[in-house]
Amino acid sequence: MNELHKKTAKRPNIAVEIAGIKLRNPVMPASGTFGYGEEYAPFLDLEKIGAIVTKGLSLKPKAGNATPRIAETTSGMLNAIGLQNVGIDAFIEHKMPFLRTVNTPVIANFFGNTLEEYGEVAKRLNDIPEIAAGELNISCPNVKQGGIVFGTDPKAASEVVTLVRKNLQKPLIVKLTPNVTDITVVARAVEEAGADAIACINTLTGMSVDIHTRKPRIANRTGGLSGPAIRPVAVRMVHQVVQTVSVPVIGVGGIMCAMDALEFLIVGAQAVQVGTANFVDPAAMLTIIDGIEAFCIDEGIGDIGELIGSLRV
Amino acid sequence: MKNYHTKIISNQEISPGYFRMKVLAPDFGEKAHAGQFVMFRVQRSLPPLLRRPFGVFQTGFLPADCDGLPSKEFVEIVYKVVGSGTSIMAELHEGDKVELLGPLGNGFDTTTGPGEKILVGGGIGLVPLYMLAGELIANGCNVRLLMGGRTRDDIFAVTEFERLGVETHISTDDGSLGEEGLVTLVLERKLQKYPAAEVFSCGPMPMLSAVNDICTAHQTPLQVSLEESMACGVGACLGCVVKGAGHTEENPSYLCSCKVGPVFKSQYLDWSALKRNDDTLPGSEENCGGCS
Ligand SMILES: Cc1cc2nc3c(=O)[nH]c(=O)nc-3n(C[C@H](O)[C@H](O)[C@H](O)COP(=O)(O)OP(=O)(O)OC[C@H]3O[C@@H](n4cnc5c(N)ncnc54)[C@H](O)[C@@H]3O)c2cc1C
Ligand SMILES: Cc1cc2nc3c(=O)[nH]c(=O)nc-3n(C[C@H](O)[C@H](O)[C@H](O)COP(=O)(O)O)c2cc1C
Ligand code: FES
Repeated sequence: MNELHKKTAKRPNIAVEIAGIKLRNPVMPASGTFGYGEEYAPFLDLEKIGAIVTKGLSLKPKAGNATPRIAETTSGMLNAIGLQNVGIDAFIEHKMPFLRTVNTPVIANFFGNTLEEYGEVAKRLNDIPEIAAGELNISCPNVKQGGIVFGTDPKAASEVVTLVRKNLQKPLIVKLTPNVTDITVVARAVEEAGADAIACINTLTGMSVDIHTRKPRIANRTGGLSGPAIRPVAVRMVHQVVQTVSVPVIGVGGIMCAMDALEFLIVGAQAVQVGTANFVDPAAMLTIIDGIEAFCIDEGIGDIGELIGSLRV
Repeated sequence: MKNYHTKIISNQEISPGYFRMKVLAPDFGEKAHAGQFVMFRVQRSLPPLLRRPFGVFQTGFLPADCDGLPSKEFVEIVYKVVGSGTSIMAELHEGDKVELLGPLGNGFDTTTGPGEKILVGGGIGLVPLYMLAGELIANGCNVRLLMGGRTRDDIFAVTEFERLGVETHISTDDGSLGEEGLVTLVLERKLQKYPAAEVFSCGPMPMLSAVNDICTAHQTPLQVSLEESMACGVGACLGCVVKGAGHTEENPSYLCSCKVGPVFKSQYLDWSALKRNDDTLPGSEENCGGCS
C-alpha cells in the first residue's frame, strides 16, 4: 500500500477490553521492566500505551538479591533481581501521585512470600481507586511451605487465587510461570479459583556460567530468562492456555516488534506485554502499536477483534 | 535525556584496541555533566541484545560548514574493545546510524569549592575525567591527573588534558610510558604534598579499592565512578545496584548505579562488598523460580 493510501485509509479500531478494563490498544509493559512508569516518561507518551503495569509490589519493601543480578545471553537476558520494590505503602505515597496524572489504566503487579501476605497486599490495593486491576505474580516461592513456588503447584495456585479473589475488589489478572510441565493444569486451576484474566508467561528459569572464573554469571546462580529467546515458548504456552480457558489471556514473552506481538494476538491473546524490549528501545511499545495498526490497514482489518484468535490450523 | 536516533561522525582507533567515536547529538551538551553516561545501541538487529553503557568523554561543536549552516553538536565516547558489542562498534563508520540514550545518571559533584583536586584514572577510566577536569578548572581549581595503565597503549588524550591546564602524571605497570609502577603509589605521594586535596577516580575495581583505602587513611574526600552491568540505564530494571554503606542482611541497602550513580561519594558505598567481588556466590535467597 502506498503512503497516501495509508494516510487516507480508515484507522482500524485496535481498542480492547480485558476483564472490564478498556484499553486504547492491546500493548502494555511487562512488570519489572518499566519501573513505576515515571522512569520511561521522558522517552514515550504514557497516554499512548494501553496500560501501565508496575514493578511487583509486596507488603513490606523488599531489598532484592545480591549482585550481579543480570547477564546477557544469546538473544535474551537472565535476571535475578529478587523482586526489589518499595513496598505498597511507599508505592502509594511516592509513586501514585505521578501515576494519577497519567490518563492510562494502571495495573498493579503484586506478590507475597506467604499466602497471608498475598491476601494483605490485595486488600491494600482496594485503597487506591486509580488502580484499574491487580496482576498477581504467582511465580514466587512460599517461604512457609519449603519454598515451593505457588504457580508450579495447581493446589497452591488455586489457594492463593481464591484468597486474593476474595480480598481484591478489582479485576484480577493472574500471571503464570512457564516453569511447569503442563501450563494448562495451572491455567484451569486459577480460572476456577476466580481469575478474571491470565497473563503468561513469566521468565523461564535459566543459568549461565563464566567459563574463566567458573562462577555462575549471576549471584543467585539461577535467574529468569527473558527476551526474544523465549518467544516461541511463550507463543506455544499462550496458544495452549487460550485453548483451555475462557477468560481473556495476555501474551508476554520476547516481544520485540509488531510482528512478534501479532503472533500472540493471532493465537488468541487479547493483549500483549512488552518487557525486555523496553531496555533495547525505550519507545518500543509505540513502534509496536503503530505496527499493529499498519498491519490491520494492510490486511483490511477494521477491528482488531477480527485478528485475535484467527489462527488457521 | 532523550533517545537520539543519530549518525556517527567519526570512529577512529587511537591506540591498539581503543577507539574514539563522535556522534551527532543536538542539545546534548547543555544537559550533560561530567560523569554521566549514555546507553549505546550497537546495531538495529540482534545480537547484541542490550545497549552498552559508555561514559561521556566530551561534548562540543564541529567547525561550522562554509555553506552557512549552523555548526553541528556532537557527543564523544572513548571505548575499549573487550567483547561482542564493542567489537561490532569498532567496525562502524562515518554516517552509520546508531541510537544513543542520554545523558544518564548522576555525575561528579563539582560544587565542592576551589582548591586542589586530584583525579586518578586507570585505563578506560580516564574517560569521565576529561569533562570533570574541564568543569573543575572552570571553577578555578588546581587539577592534577594521575593516569595509570598496564602499558603505554592504555594512556590516551594526554595533550588534550594538558591543554585544559591539567598537570598530568603517567604511570604504567611495565614502565613503557611515564613512571613504572602503580598509579596509587603516585597518589600517596601527592596526598603527602597536598593534604587538603579532594580525589576523584574511575578505573578497574582493584585500583578504585586501593584509592579508597588511601583516601580513607588520609581522611580525604573521594568520589568514584563505578561500572556495573546495566540493562535499562534509567532506573527501571534494578539490575545495576551496588551495596550501600551499612548494608546488612537484616537491613539491606542497594543503590541503583544508573540513577543514584554511576558516581558515588565513597562514604556511601559498602567497600568490603565491592572489594570482595565475590558476590557471585550461591544464592542466599530462597531459590527464585524465575520470579524476577
Ligand atoms: C556507567 C558506565 C560507564 C562506562 N564507560 C565506559 C567507557 O567510557 N568506555 C569503555 O570502553 N567502557 C565503558 N564501560 C564499560 C562498557 O560498558 C563495557 O566494556 C561494554 O559494555 C562491553 O560490551 P561488550 O559487548 O564488548 O562486552 P561483553 O563482555 O560481550 O558484554 C556482555 C555484557 O556485559 C556487560 N559488560 C561487560 N563489561 C562491562 C563492564 N566493564 N562494565 C559494565 N558492563 C559490562 C555489557 O554491557 C553486556 O551487557 C562503562 C560501563 C558503565 C556501567
Ligand atoms: C528485570 C526484570 C524484572 C522483572 N520483574 C518482574 C516482576 O516484578 N513481576 C513479574 O510478574 N514479572 C517480572 N518480570 C517478568 C516480565 O514481566 C516478563 O514476564 C518476562 O520478562 C518475559 O517478557 P519479555 O521477554 O518481553 O521480557 C521481570 C523481567 C525482567 C527482565
Ligand atoms: S540499569 Fe536498569 S535500573 Fe540501572
